[in-house]
Amino acid sequence: MNDWYLPMIDSESAPFWEAAREGRFLIMHCRACERAYFYPRRYCPRCWSDQTEWREASGRGTVHTYSIVRQNPAPPFDGWCPYAVVLVDLEEGVRVMANWDRSAPLDGLSCGAPVRIVFERITEELSLPRVRPLSTDG
Amino acid sequence: MARKKIAIVGIGESDFGTVPDKTVHELHAQAAVRALADAGMARDEIDGLFSCGHSDQLHVLQIAEYLGLQPRFLDSTLVGGSSWETFVEHAVLALAAGRCSAALLVYASTAKSDVARRYRSADAAFLPRGLNQYEVPFGPTLISKYAMVAQRHMYQYGTTSAQLAAIAVATRKNASRNPNAIMREPITVDDVLASRMIADPLHLLDCCLRTDGGGAIILTTAERARSLRRPPAWVIGAASAESHYSMAQMEDMTVSPCARSGPEAFAEAGIAHKDVDVIQIYDAFTIMALLTLEGLGFCAPGEGGPFVEDGKLAWDGALPANTDGGGLSSNHPGMRGIFLLIEAVRQLRGESTAQVPVAKIAVCSATGGFMSHTSTIVLAKD
Repeated sequence: MNDWYLPMIDSESAPFWEAAREGRFLIMHCRACERAYFYPRRYCPRCWSDQTEWREASGRGTVHTYSIVRQNPAPPFDGWCPYAVVLVDLEEGVRVMANWDRSAPLDGLSCGAPVRIVFERITEELSLPRVRPLSTDG
Repeated sequence: MARKKIAIVGIGESDFGTVPDKTVHELHAQAAVRALADAGMARDEIDGLFSCGHSDQLHVLQIAEYLGLQPRFLDSTLVGGSSWETFVEHAVLALAAGRCSAALLVYASTAKSDVARRYRSADAAFLPRGLNQYEVPFGPTLISKYAMVAQRHMYQYGTTSAQLAAIAVATRKNASRNPNAIMREPITVDDVLASRMIADPLHLLDCCLRTDGGGAIILTTAERARSLRRPPAWVIGAASAESHYSMAQMEDMTVSPCARSGPEAFAEAGIAHKDVDVIQIYDAFTIMALLTLEGLGFCAPGEGGPFVEDGKLAWDGALPANTDGGGLSSNHPGMRGIFLLIEAVRQLRGESTAQVPVAKIAVCSATGGFMSHTSTIVLAKD
């Protein structure tokens, strides 16, 4: 089985992955210190308040940095090489990791490039975020 | 910590390179036995044990038992390759407080042979649960995590692959003088750039080796150190700093946590950059060494590229670094921090294979995890 790499969903992450399945990228917002954060945590990592809630992100952002992986012995990634791991700064002020959409050319990838998050259906239950150039998706 | 209260008095390396005929526990013992012999101490004096490993359960209990010790002070803090510098910081506190009188720090790994034996995969596998579920599904290899740091540094500051390569070239020059180093053949910047890309923008020769091997050091108090046969290497400064675990949580991807641990350790030691004769900085990847130079303040943020370009990190250069050949060319059994300390002590004793003319102050700065954690240690001779 090559599904070892798929997220092991837990009580804290379930809303995120459920929304992902519907094509929505959820981040968290702290009502006490009025700041967004990611990844999901019950308590705000900046002020430890429990007055936190889910919010839907726009999905738009810019590439903070990336790397094109040319060697990874672990399946299924061995079959994907070369593939890109990207850190995206979302408009809401949080940074997230995702893969460059493998249907988009790698040479469209650069730091500062405007991008958007899309979702790729992996299984019935699970979709993973992918990064695409903003321009080609309108 | 007061000056010259606690010293490293013994160092030892196990066999390293490819050592398929020895177990990982045996390599721990071999390094410990050699460090004890170097110190000229008795085994029964060891009452503090500091050790951690990649995956063994209750690792430090296993090592204590295997070595036949029942230490009264144990520490198994696991923060990656910087764990041994952190252990020095902790051992100094424990020794100064009288919680132990002789501390053994020991590490070993059979990382290379374990891949050949298929005990582990070539890229350390993390299960995608907890914090890892937001990154592991995207296949970020260890190398690609450091490559993302390099990519950002290049974007922000115009750092080039050739500048990063200069670090690998200088380190290989040092290794060429060390008969125990695994890679001794001199290389050029062009060789690095022509080596295959592993994770853009890092080439094969931007990356450390994978070897088997281990090392050990022994620390004790000034009173005992003065009666031993080897010249003590005094710990005059020690500090650590933490930044993040997940790559997306690294706030400024161009700044090493040693921008905090470095100044703190220098201040405690009462030294300035001009006082430093030789440095041992963790070089799992060229970019890791570059960020360490900037973080420690040997050059300004973003200026690491032009700074290393002239080869000043070679043993005969203006800022000799990683004089044993480092992780890039000498050895790298997984979490290499202990070898930085061993080589720094050799320099202070005047016994390095790439000895600098005057070595009174040596700085070790190690990085653990994914640019996650650093510990900076300042050592001085009498």
